[in-house]
Amino acid sequence: MRYIPLTKDEQQEMLASLGLERIDDLFQDIPAEAMFRGELDVPGPLSEAELIRHFRTLAEKNKDATKLVSFLGAGVYDHLVPSIVKHLIGRGEFLTAYTPYQPEITQGVLQSIFEYQTMICELTGMESSNASMYDGASALAEACLMACAATRREQVIIPATLHPEWKEVVRTYLENQNVAIHFLPQDPQTGTVNLEEAEDLPWAEAACVVVQQPNFFGLLENVAALESRIHGHGGLLVMAVDPISLSLLKSPGELGADIVVGDGQSLGQAMGFGGPAFGFFATTDKLIRRMPGRVVGETVDAEGKRAFVLTLQTREQHIRREKATSNICSNQALNALAATIYLSVLGKQGFRDVGYQCLQKANYLKQRLLEIPGLSLAFSAPSFREFALRGAVDWVELNKGLVDHGFLGGLPLARFGHPDLALFSVTEARTKQEMDDFVNILRGLIQ
Amino acid sequence: MTVRIHVPLIFERSTPGRRGYRLPELDVPETPIEELIPQEYLRTEPPALPEVSELEVVRHYTQLSRLNHGVDVGFYPLGSCTMKYNPRVHEDLASMPGLSAIHPYQPEETVQGALELIYNLSEHLAAIAGLAKASLQPAAGAHGELAGLMVIKAYHQHRGEGHRNEMLVPDSAHGTNPASCAMVGYKVVEVPSDERGCVDVEALKKLVGPNTAGLMLTNPNTLGLFDENICQIADIVHQAGGLLYYDGANANAIMGIVRPGDTGFDVVHFNLHKTFSTPHGGGGPGAGPIVVSKQLAPFLPGPVVEKDGDKYRLVMPEHSVGRIRSFYGNFLVYAKAYAYILSHGPKGLREVSEAAVLNANYVMNKLKDIFALPYDRICMHEFVLSGSNLKKYGVRTLDLAKRLSDYGFHAPTVYFPLIVEEAIMIEPTETEAKSTLDEFIEVMRQIAQEAKENPEMLTSAPHNTPVKRVNEARAARHPVLRWKRDQ
Repeated sequence: MRYIPLTKDEQQEMLASLGLERIDDLFQDIPAEAMFRGELDVPGPLSEAELIRHFRTLAEKNKDATKLVSFLGAGVYDHLVPSIVKHLIGRGEFLTAYTPYQPEITQGVLQSIFEYQTMICELTGMESSNASMYDGASALAEACLMACAATRREQVIIPATLHPEWKEVVRTYLENQNVAIHFLPQDPQTGTVNLEEAEDLPWAEAACVVVQQPNFFGLLENVAALESRIHGHGGLLVMAVDPISLSLLKSPGELGADIVVGDGQSLGQAMGFGGPAFGFFATTDKLIRRMPGRVVGETVDAEGKRAFVLTLQTREQHIRREKATSNICSNQALNALAATIYLSVLGKQGFRDVGYQCLQKANYLKQRLLEIPGLSLAFSAPSFREFALRGAVDWVELNKGLVDHGFLGGLPLARFGHPDLALFSVTEARTKQEMDDFVNILRGLIQ
Repeated sequence: MTVRIHVPLIFERSTPGRRGYRLPELDVPETPIEELIPQEYLRTEPPALPEVSELEVVRHYTQLSRLNHGVDVGFYPLGSCTMKYNPRVHEDLASMPGLSAIHPYQPEETVQGALELIYNLSEHLAAIAGLAKASLQPAAGAHGELAGLMVIKAYHQHRGEGHRNEMLVPDSAHGTNPASCAMVGYKVVEVPSDERGCVDVEALKKLVGPNTAGLMLTNPNTLGLFDENICQIADIVHQAGGLLYYDGANANAIMGIVRPGDTGFDVVHFNLHKTFSTPHGGGGPGAGPIVVSKQLAPFLPGPVVEKDGDKYRLVMPEHSVGRIRSFYGNFLVYAKAYAYILSHGPKGLREVSEAAVLNANYVMNKLKDIFALPYDRICMHEFVLSGSNLKKYGVRTLDLAKRLSDYGFHAPTVYFPLIVEEAIMIEPTETEAKSTLDEFIEVMRQIAQEAKENPEMLTSAPHNTPVKRVNEARAARHPVLRWKRDQ
């Protein structure tokens, strides 16, 4: 095999050093009835050239964003990614390292995580961040569990306006620990949560209320009202935020959030059919010892020089086993590094430009699409980079037609129980020309 | 060229007004921001991100990378982590736009290639596990454990046996095992090891009962030993009504040699970032797919991919435990694992495990006369020494680990498993050449000699690294988890 350097002679020499004759002698502890005598039912071997050919064939069966102009969002966005991101995360010293358990020879990864944690704190306005989570949805589930542990309560309130897949993930995690979930209803006019209809919810027993900003429909929630309500009852405010929106929006820290999570796909990551990207997790200093996941801290070396190290490990599973704050071990370190590089090269002004262009371009497309007879705005609340349109059309069929014209249209929300809605997303990567063409084609298909 | 020892933080390189990447000019008519977003929602202070040029960013992260050890840099015998070579062609494959630039909500007709890849990898992992059906959803090994335990719990509940709430976990298990149990509300029942380092069968018989939900086992276990009583263990657990969970952290030892399903396991997780060589990336992303028996398949987390004729589609299994993350898991990681399996084929995968086991035994045999070997038997892909015999010189395993850095080697896993005093867990992997193993053996022997003659050399190690020994206690006592401008 091409990755195994062992030669026949070496194999014999090594076996002889062990007093063995054949490779099979190494497996003498395995009882006969446990041995597999056949050949694994997998294809191959393929040479590198054959492997590339096979992958090209698979890749060509997909229509990707280099061939289609995409208006899909709902958690994964087609943002511009500076070229240097892939070059830097491709360096072998980062790519082929394990978790930085030996700090003296892993300062590169450790310092980059420390920078990442700082950037997440800057974006969210929170005091501390961990080193990353699997994704936004599982980070939110862990945030709810952490809120339960911190408040010793076993109920949570989550908004009907949360991403439907995130709701499912939260439910999967929470029902295994017998945590009850209550839903904040959605106001059908504004599309945001309706606090007036939420008087019956068990606020005094709730570990936390969750708010997603912007919500699944791209709309901006009024966080201040939720903050005073939950804090008035001794629960925590958990915010699930889109990081790009934080270039413009008031930070969760300013709004009084106790735990902030989100999905980092929009920060310099490939769309990758939904993964891998990463989840981020930030909280207040008061709550850091309840935070799940790895954390890097600053310290000094034996000569007093600044150095970085994994810290607060007594929260973690390899020390605390079943008493750990979570079972999470591997996270999404390389994706978090990509985000760190992305945010560095975009910088203070560039990052704001991304958010500003998303807002302006999404608004442009929204106004243009509303010129099409039969389409109307689904909700009245202000939106950021996504908006839902209402129309008595078959959005799924329309999208098939759009693909033939080189477009991925908005996401039909029929799969989430809204057959007349579609959710459109616009990033800074879209041009006016693309949007104008899209409007014309869509108008034609609808008429 | 010398490695620059101290690299400033990226924030410390910042110059107000400096810019890196620039967007194209905004080409749509602008609306005043206050007309789009209520003033009270807007932030007044932008996030204090660095202001640096593109070259400064490139230099900064290149310099940081040079402070880091990776498989590409040198030998990395970190036990239970399987630090093998990560083929570079896999990075090319996973970055093909046809895979990397597709959206999870595209119409299924436009992503048939991606679904085919998921389907094929699921089938291949099932073949390697000797079980029926896979879900690739879990994002890491611990996430796979969580998913697998949820499946076990749902299965028992479905049969009206929801009272089963005890999970048996050997005392040699990875810490994630008991932590994952806690995440699903299971009580952990610890199973002692016998004098051969395996599950104590007599103790196990006494520990199973009507509340047994199952047993989590790593086989070979964290001592690198194959549990020869596995079939009997499976019988005991199954007869008590429990299920068997296979922690695949050590699956690099058994590909094509043992199929866990044949030995009674009902659920298996694989670490694609270990056995199947997708890189670890400094701590992730990984992937921890689970493979289950036919009776457990309806409970798998979803969605999973089904094949109808020549079409592939996403479906939720009938009694699915639900979603455990958004979308379809770490797809681009799957692409690399799939490539790994295809490039090896059935014989090649077996050769991987054979060579991994041979390398481990070779190194163990050359070190066991100078370090204590608590379980002196043929090992599988890794083995555990004890540094206890260095104690008389005032030297601990930690010091040995640090001293290895001076010779350009990453340390083994240390102080784990917990049942071995001053444990040193070594996993060479199959991609290391004999000459590298010989160098490592030589260095280990030399360090043992240093411990005797010049223990100070070890206790003050490392000496040739970008930073000297790092003060971990201080970091935990006074947590500083972010940079602040006024520092």
